[in-house]
Amino acid sequence: MDVFLSGLEMLARFDIALALLIGSIGGVIIGAIPGVGPPVAIAILLPATFALPPLVGLTLLLGIYGSSMFGGALPAILINTPGTAVNALTTYDGHPMARDGNPLRALGLAYGASFVSAVLSILALILLSPLLARIAPMFGSREIFLAALLGIVLVVLAHRGQTFPAGMLAALGIFLATVGLEPVKYTQRFTFGTDTLASGFDLIVVVMGLFALSQAFTLMADPEAAPDTKPIKGSLFRAMLEVFRFKRIAAAGSGFGVLMGMIPGVGEFTAQFLSYTYAQKSSKTPEQFGKGSPEGLVASESANNAVPAAAMIPLLALGIPGEALTAMMLSVFYVHNVVPGPGLFQNQLDLVYALYAALLILNVIVVIFLIFASNWLLQIIRVPTRFLGLAILILSFVGVYTLRNSVSDCVIAAGFGLFGVILKRQNLPVVPIILGMVLGGIMETKLRSAMGRVRSPLDFVDRPIAGFLAAVIVLLIVGHIWGVIRERRRGLPEDAHDHDMHHTQQR
Amino acid sequence: MTQTLQDLFKRYRRPGDLLFAMLFFAFSLFLLASLPFQTTWVARTGLVAQPAFWPTVSIAVMVLFGGLHLLGGLLSARIPGRLAEVMYWVKSAEYALWFLAYVLILPVVGYLPTTVALSVILTLRLGYRGPRWIVIAAVFGAAVVLVFKGLLGVRIPGGTLYRLIENDALRSFALSYL
Repeated sequence: MDVFLSGLEMLARFDIALALLIGSIGGVIIGAIPGVGPPVAIAILLPATFALPPLVGLTLLLGIYGSSMFGGALPAILINTPGTAVNALTTYDGHPMARDGNPLRALGLAYGASFVSAVLSILALILLSPLLARIAPMFGSREIFLAALLGIVLVVLAHRGQTFPAGMLAALGIFLATVGLEPVKYTQRFTFGTDTLASGFDLIVVVMGLFALSQAFTLMADPEAAPDTKPIKGSLFRAMLEVFRFKRIAAAGSGFGVLMGMIPGVGEFTAQFLSYTYAQKSSKTPEQFGKGSPEGLVASESANNAVPAAAMIPLLALGIPGEALTAMMLSVFYVHNVVPGPGLFQNQLDLVYALYAALLILNVIVVIFLIFASNWLLQIIRVPTRFLGLAILILSFVGVYTLRNSVSDCVIAAGFGLFGVILKRQNLPVVPIILGMVLGGIMETKLRSAMGRVRSPLDFVDRPIAGFLAAVIVLLIVGHIWGVIRERRRGLPEDAHDHDMHHTQQR
Repeated sequence: MTQTLQDLFKRYRRPGDLLFAMLFFAFSLFLLASLPFQTTWVARTGLVAQPAFWPTVSIAVMVLFGGLHLLGGLLSARIPGRLAEVMYWVKSAEYALWFLAYVLILPVVGYLPTTVALSVILTLRLGYRGPRWIVIAAVFGAAVVLVFKGLLGVRIPGGTLYRLIENDALRSFALSYL
């Protein structure tokens, strides 16, 4: 309890409270504008926080991290365009409900479910933290290596039906992390004799290219599409309370969110899938799902909003990010002199609690803001899309250039921007590249230091956690291959359920 | 039938998939061929501590999975519209060039003038017309500079042209804040 209070004390400063306020409201606005995801916003703002005191900068970006999904539900429901990628499932039931004349109810349920699950997940984690403080030191180099490898395996397998491209893109990410002057033997790797490549690819430059610039290029190359929205009438607060009629679904969604958020490489999509399937299977009206079912909406929004807090667990305890946004947060922590890893839970538990308390407070701020400002937010999401592309282009420059004052970084980012456009058009995932970059770097260092004490391959897995992780990796791969063979044997035609072609292109 | 994860988050093949798979595979092969020249095997060092170990592993996986993806593309039915898709890629490259021009001109002319100019010119290029849009674009450009460089103090060097300003105070102000 003392540690928790001292964590709260860290937050009780005017500048931190202000940063939290600006971060959380900014996050909602950024989440609400389709096309500007939180990784973009964090990447743009990161250099701007260099000059701020560490905890202030950290809280500002944490605010954006924790609140963007709230904002993302607004356009998902009202204009059928998810504000952030994880709100995609919200459009399934949220938009039909709004279209049928109940926009207030849909928004209320989405916000209510998001709030309840965020609070539940943060409380679960505050209670879990002392346990984590005991388990985290058991993770040595080989366990962290295996956890990172598990993250890579999971991110590849999670892209069902796209395992090959996900695998090749994750490998590309691992390769990108190796380029440059290597720090142990001081040899050059794939620099082609140029100074530009000798300093390697910075994660933030790649993220800015793949997420921000690619989005800017797409928005500017596509025809104008400013959405039209109608104002919402009625009490949003009262509409939010309706979520308590779906307590079971919200609790299950939060549970899936927390569990899946804690496993690197899995994240929101799997949590939503499990939550949505559970809600549909246990519903009295399963046929309503996808047509405006309140249960479906609650299942989707409660699962995705429980993830950010849970994803902080592998990030803070092991230094392993689970998806692109937490990978960005890892850079944020490093920039602000907080080194995630087992030592953090042992030595700076108060800081961990302060971060959780900040997440809790920001959820309250966001809900109050949304109750009063949803109609105003509707004006913001009507920014003409091509102009939005221009704005992202100009802001991206700040994020890329000011990192190292390097023109080559800008050229690299532009190159990744074009690559991102192609990936987006091809419906190929970007996240494996980012995770490959981060986890590849971790795997290289940890494997090298782990092998110093390993004599035979079996030594590598003779500790309980290492053995468990290795067994999970093997089982996952075997299980995946077995699943594919079984589907083949059943002889289902390709388009029966694993269809990889849009139905409009099959006609 | 039970829903799968893919049913919920459908990812479809698109026109141009074969071309992309071929380009990616060719790039992987190029990296594989460069491997002996671009990495070093150091004497008296264990396999996993070799600087060339991880590049070799990652490129091998790229070649393997890239090859399987290409095979998948070759065996699937062709989706019409490949040329149109490639033209879209080329079209979006125009904006990459705008970005690079901005990056190259900025250190000479200065952050404020370049940003305002790019914002206005690109707004017109994107098809917005009328004085209202020009004002909005100019105000947006100026606001970005004032917030990031003036207020938050991000490190963007002052333009070479600013040094030509004769008034000392104004020159130093421009170099620091604009």
